[in-house]
This record gives sequence, C-alpha cells and structure tokens, in this order.
Amino acid sequence: MLAWLANPAWLLIGAGLLLPLLPYRLRQGLLVLAPLLAAGWLWTMPQPTVVTAMALGYELTPLRLDGLAFVFALIFLIAAMLAGLYMLHLRSRMEPASALVYAGAAVAAVLAGDLITLFVYWELTALASALIILANGPQTYRVTLRYLLIQVSSGLLLMAGAIVHIRATGSAAFNELGLDAAGGWLIFAAFGIKAAFPLLHNWLQDAYPAASPSGTVVLSAFTTKLAIYALARSYAGTDILIPIGAVMTAFPIFYAVIENDLRRVLAYSLNNQLGFMVVGVGIGSELALNGTAAHAFTHILYKALLFMSMGAVLYRVGTVNGSQLGGLYRSMPYTTVFCIIGAASISAFPLFSGFVSKSLILSAVGYEGAWLVWLVLIFASAGVFHHSGIKIPFFAFFAHDSGIRCQEAPGNMLLAMGLTAAACIGIGCAPGLLYGLLPYPVDYAPYTGSHILSQMHLLLFSALAFTVLMRTGIYPPELRSTNLDFDWVYRRWAPAVIERGMSGLAAARNGLHQSLNQAARRHVQGPRGKRVESILAGHAWTTGSMVLAVTLVLVLYLLSYFS
Amino acid sequence: MSEDRNSSAHAWSVRPALVNRIVYTLYALCALSVVLDLFVHRHEKFAFAGSFGFYAGYGFVACVALVLAAKGLRRLLMRDENYYGEADD
Repeated sequence: MLAWLANPAWLLIGAGLLLPLLPYRLRQGLLVLAPLLAAGWLWTMPQPTVVTAMALGYELTPLRLDGLAFVFALIFLIAAMLAGLYMLHLRSRMEPASALVYAGAAVAAVLAGDLITLFVYWELTALASALIILANGPQTYRVTLRYLLIQVSSGLLLMAGAIVHIRATGSAAFNELGLDAAGGWLIFAAFGIKAAFPLLHNWLQDAYPAASPSGTVVLSAFTTKLAIYALARSYAGTDILIPIGAVMTAFPIFYAVIENDLRRVLAYSLNNQLGFMVVGVGIGSELALNGTAAHAFTHILYKALLFMSMGAVLYRVGTVNGSQLGGLYRSMPYTTVFCIIGAASISAFPLFSGFVSKSLILSAVGYEGAWLVWLVLIFASAGVFHHSGIKIPFFAFFAHDSGIRCQEAPGNMLLAMGLTAAACIGIGCAPGLLYGLLPYPVDYAPYTGSHILSQMHLLLFSALAFTVLMRTGIYPPELRSTNLDFDWVYRRWAPAVIERGMSGLAAARNGLHQSLNQAARRHVQGPRGKRVESILAGHAWTTGSMVLAVTLVLVLYLLSYFS
Repeated sequence: MSEDRNSSAHAWSVRPALVNRIVYTLYALCALSVVLDLFVHRHEKFAFAGSFGFYAGYGFVACVALVLAAKGLRRLLMRDENYYGEADD
C-alpha cells in the first residue's frame, strides 16, 4: 500500500478528496500548498527512482522517475499551483476538489512505470476532468457525457491494448512499444484520442469552452500533455507521427480564424501546438524529444495564461464571443497586458518562452531534411501568430468599443496571471533555466542573429498581412455562428443515418408483414395459418432476439441523446 | 451595443491618428527588417530558406492564404449559432 501512496501525486489526490470536508480558508490553502509541497518533494527525489509492488500477480511499478517523467511531472505541478491560485475565489467545492484529483492523477500517470498503473490513472484523469466540466452547471450535462464517453473509450482501448501486449510479451512495462503488434496499435489509438489527433480531436473544442473560466484553465494543462508524454515514452521515432503532427499543426488554424468563441479559438490553437510536439516525438532524436518536452513545458504556461485572460473576461463580462467584445483594454488593463504576454509567447517572439522551445523542434526537423514538414510547420507558426497572437487580444481588448464597462479581474486571478506571465518571460530571457530541466543534454543556442531575424520576418509580415486585410475589409468579421467540424459526423450525420435506416427497416418489415399476412390469409387455412400470423406479428420472438433488439434500441437512444 | 456618449466617451475610443501611427511604425519595421536581410548572413538548414526575404514573403503569403481559405470555408461550414441546440448564452 505504501508503495502506491508514497508518491507526490497522492499529495494532490489526497488533498482533493479531503477538500470538500474543509472550511473555505483551509480549502484555499490546500489548493495552492498541495501542488507546491508535491513539487518540492518531486524536486528532492533522486533520479532514477523506481518503486515496484506486487499486485494482480504482476510486478507493477507505481513510481518511476527519470528525466522525461521529471519535466512533465514538474510542469504539471506548477500548472496545478497556478490554476489553484486562479480559482482561489471559488466558494464551490466540486471544481477545486476535482481539479486537485485531476492534476494528481495526471502526475501519477506520468510517474507510472507499467501499463496497468497507467490505465488506472488514465481513467481517473477522465473522471475527474469530466467533473470539472460538469461543475459549470446543468447546461454542461450533454457535453460532459460526450466528453466522458470519448475519454473512457480511450481508456478501454488502452486496457485492451495492454492486455494484448502483456499476453504477447509477458511484460507490463510502460516503455517503448512501437507499432509492430496489435497491442501497440490499440495503445497508440488510446494515446491518439487523448492527444487529439486529426479526426479524433473534437472532444477538445467541444468540451473545453464549456467549462467554467477556471475549469478550462485546469483542463488545458493536463490531459493532452499526458498523451504527449505517453507518446514520447512509447512511440519515439515512430515515423507516422510526423505527418500526423504536421496535419495537426495546420488544419485547426483555419477553424481558429473563423471561430467566434475566443476560448474555442484557443482550443483550436491548443490542438495546433500539440501538432508541433507530435512531430517532435515522431522524429525521436534527442534534440527533437528535448524540443517536445520543452514545448510542452512552455505551452502549458502560455496556454494557461491565455485561457486565464479569456476566463477573466468571461468572468467579468459573461461572454467571450469576439462579436460582442472589444475595447476592454480600458476596463481590464492588467488582463490586457497579461494576455499580450501570453500571445507573444505562443507566437514565439524573441525573449518570450515559445521562441526558445519551438525552435528546438524546427531545428530537429531541419536536421532530418524533411523540407515539406518544415514548410508546414513554418506556415502553422505564422498562422499561430495570426489567430492566437493577434486575433485574441485584438478582438477582446481593442478593435471597436463594444460599450462594455466592467471591473478588472479579481486579485487572485491577476496574481495567477502575473506569475504565469513572469514565467513566460523568464524562460524566454533565460532559456538555460528550462534547458537544464530537459531529459537530454542541450547543445543549442536559440539567440543567434540569424534566428532572431528570420523569426522577426515571419512575425512582422504576418502582422502586416493582418493589417492589410483589416484595412481593406477583407478580413472576415467575427460572427455569431457554429462552424461544422468532424463532430458533425457523430452528432448529426450518424444519428440521422441510423434513424433513417431504422425507419426504413420498420417500413420494410411492415410491408413484408402485410403482404405475407395477406398471402397467408388467402392460401393457408386452419390452425397453421394462425401460427404463421402469430409469428409475423411478433408473438414468438426468442429471448436472444429480444435482447439484441433491446440493446439496439439502447444504443440508438444513447446516440440520439448525446448528439 | 449602445455607445457611451458622455464627456469621457472620446477617451474610450482609440483615436484614428494613433492607429495610423501604429500601422506606419509596422510598415517601417517591415521595411527595415528586409533591408537588414541584405547584411545578415542567415544560417539555414534548407537552401531555399536562405534566399533573400524568404521568411517575410512566406509569412505574408501564408497568412493571406490562410485568411482567404478560412473565409471560403465559412461558406461551407458556417451554421446558426444554436445549430446543435446547446447554445448556453
């Protein structure tokens, strides 16, 4: 038992379970102190640390700390602390408690050394994060169920893959897996769902904007980066990840340009940033894996900062629709500045954090000579600046005066944003701080004249394109709308097809029933005729066919219910 | 959205002159950075990326193409805000 609980992650999970029982002041303290203490504990643990325990007849590894696990666990704990600070004003219990359990489960999953332990915490992150969405109110019921359905299916795939893999190899170790066997493919699909691979991505854009202002900040940090860590652990150097990642960087940005809900814009841009990390895992060199870890680290911070600033707007104004905002910089000057710092970081401006992490991945792509992938990533980098760097702050805080006058964000939100912003600038100005945490030694200098100039060209001319398009009126205005994405397939198309198919089947069955009935009445006399009639009328169904029919109706009901 | 037309209303709107100044500064910075490209030898992994003004041209064209394509996508993909019947505001 102790082998399982003597784990920094359990400080968070335990605190989360305890939190609902405590008075407000203690809840506040716990939200910030638990992640801080856990981070301190993690920091002092020697590397490598491996703790094993017997369970279910297998030797499991509840804790394995090495360079790769350390950097992900550390940034998760930092993110948990900052998010805790950001939600300090909440009087409710469900969201803070779920947040602590969720963050703890994510850290525990990162520290898991075997697939069974990974599966347990993988599912715990799904449950706890679903509660965070649900905590925003009853209107989130259906989106929470959709989210949970997809997250739990990722877990089921992981379990199925783990069973197949363990039976085939006799080892439950959570290490390199590769795609040579069926188990590897199942686990790959499980990781792919949580990493929001193309066409498996919509749960992210669907669910994240549905959570509360602070809920989305929490959600943005863990699930997807846990998947990136898992991919880096088990599929480093798997070639197929390079095209998958490249597509991920490019296609969400088209949606980001036309999306009106600014938190959904950020969800699309989160998806795009994951693409860079997936490419890094696919390349799999030490430079590329360092790049993936570094980019996950900086990305968690600047994405949290951007979600915090939009959350503050939502908290004060009640909406984050670009079409309804504008001119807020006078009401919320600090939030504006913090948002711009987040925007500069995600856009990879020199002296901001994105600049020193993304360039590791781009450089690794360059060493591979993959020029087409490189061109896609550069396109996506320019696009990121366009929609996250310019669009978010511009439409929220500048553009036209929307007439909205509101208060600045609450003090705890400002403090959380301020600390996160300081971290973004700190890493950007002193990249050695970050490079020192990476799993492999770093021999890379981001601040060369050549690199600064090329990046400034990219950014300045992206800004120029935005300016020209705005001034000529070509830039599409923010409109209240829903843009169809792949989720349309399972929210509209599939239910409609099934409904049409079922009503067609019913009509065919009725037609057949009637014509056979008539034929039977015409040609068959006596008790035999009656029997034919009673079978056709459904009186003689077997138990098996009834069960099948009930199952079908249930599945149909579920599908139409969640759509 | 009704605008606040009291005496302080002017302070809330961004003056066109200021916007123009920002835009002209951007133009100047763009020009300056391209001129700088004549004097700085950039080290690039791909030969084509080393050509004069590559990132400037690519960044500009990429963003214009992105916006035009996204605008076209709107015709195909845009539906009413309450299309799925779950709008919460």
